[in-house]
Amino acid sequence: MTAKIALSDVHKSFGTKDVLRGVNLEVETGQSVVVIGGSGGGKSVMLKSILGLLTPDTGSIKIDGRETVGLARNSRADIDHQIGMLFQNGALFDSLPVWKNVAFRAIQNDGMNEADARDLAVDALRQVELGPELLDLSPASLSGGMHKRVGLARAIASKPEIIFFDEPTTGLDPIMTDVINHLIRDCVRELGATTMTITHDMTSVRAIADKTALLYKGEIIWQGSTNALEVSDDPFLNQFINGLAHGPIEVEGQQLDTAQTAEAV
Amino acid sequence: MNFLATIGEFFLAFFAQTGRLSVFIGQTLAAMLRPPIYFRIIGQQIIRIGYFSLPVVALTSFFTGGALAIQIYYGGNQFNSEAIVSSIVALGITRELGPVLGGLMVAGRVSAAIAAEIGTMRVTEQIDALTTLSTNPHKYLVAPRVIAATLCMPILALIADIIGIFGGFVVGTQSFGFNAAIYVQRTINFLTVDDVSSGLIKAAVFGFIIAIMGCYNGYYSKGGAQGVGRATTNAVVSASILILAANYLMTSLLFSS
Repeated sequence: MTAKIALSDVHKSFGTKDVLRGVNLEVETGQSVVVIGGSGGGKSVMLKSILGLLTPDTGSIKIDGRETVGLARNSRADIDHQIGMLFQNGALFDSLPVWKNVAFRAIQNDGMNEADARDLAVDALRQVELGPELLDLSPASLSGGMHKRVGLARAIASKPEIIFFDEPTTGLDPIMTDVINHLIRDCVRELGATTMTITHDMTSVRAIADKTALLYKGEIIWQGSTNALEVSDDPFLNQFINGLAHGPIEVEGQQLDTAQTAEAV
Repeated sequence: MNFLATIGEFFLAFFAQTGRLSVFIGQTLAAMLRPPIYFRIIGQQIIRIGYFSLPVVALTSFFTGGALAIQIYYGGNQFNSEAIVSSIVALGITRELGPVLGGLMVAGRVSAAIAAEIGTMRVTEQIDALTTLSTNPHKYLVAPRVIAATLCMPILALIADIIGIFGGFVVGTQSFGFNAAIYVQRTINFLTVDDVSSGLIKAAVFGFIIAIMGCYNGYYSKGGAQGVGRATTNAVVSASILILAANYLMTSLLFSS
């Protein structure tokens, strides 16, 4: 069976800095894959490459078996149409009220009239447990949690087949984190969508992942099911999921393994 | 060797920037000509760029017209030629000062605002969000602003012309005791359609420059709030310099022919 999303040997550099060094990852239809990894590890670059916001230097990114690397924006319109995206900070349009944000794609691309677009927004907001009283508010007047939920409503409003989540719980309190994780899981289940999430948050990983991949220094160095995650003896994975300062993962260019620390002392 | 490397780096950066700006202008022109065209956003931008720039353009041109009348009167007085005040004010305002000063004032107000708005959208990923929502940012953000500014600037320049000439009229009649009817008659007799239309053509080009530099600097801003601030400054400076350079070129072309 063809993978819904397939990355093969994807490389991307900025100047002399190699950010992606041969990423290989497959996401099956209906699967929820979470990519974890430290800051600066290339997660966002990988996501932007899949979305076509960045062009990889080499390698292949296929969506539904169709090569997307090198495709002009116009030529991937049908692919874009089946994708929803929740950005880290929501990326809601400041100049538009909540309902126009949520129904943006339907208004701009499908020519939906305002009455139907408002109904669509009400429905999408209901799915993220928000009421119609928010419809005419400006995004600037929303709290961080509401911002994320409206962003989620916008991502699912067009009922996409694939949804990407960029750090969906960053900056939220633990209760709101749990709310967002549940909403993601419920919305995805309801839509039957394929999802890819990038996060640092292990609570999110355990709540929403079918499969987890660890991206380190531009390569996927471990991938497996959520159950395998808990029992793996991979030293990189263990250091990351347990949040340990010491281990094989270099933090900010400095290797903090036990031996070095002892030597320093 | 370091000196040569610095010169080389400067020229490479200059050519890279010029190339990127050329591609940006090409993409914008394509977006302006191909559907969908967002008429509602163009209307909103006409109000923001044109209507809200009226006070600043009106005040600038009024005082400039008045100051010009004083300068010509005292300069001309040496040769006993104060009678030419009305005609030179009209000529100076319509051909040069109306469009150029109006353009510079609008560049300060509009180019900065556009760069700040689009720059903020860039650093908060709103432009990426537009793209993922199958909307071309050039069509949705850039083209409406460029169309609106290109349409508005000639109208603003025409208003600047009228108010600037009026400023000269007020100073001439109130301070120097010119006869109002003769002043108006001399202005009408001296001014030709070409004087006004050349200024309006310039103003349209200045409008394009103002919007494109605001959009370009905002679109490629990076580095958070500091980057947006830098984009805003660059937009105003580059738009102002390009307006003056374009004015020189167009004046040479329009009046040498």
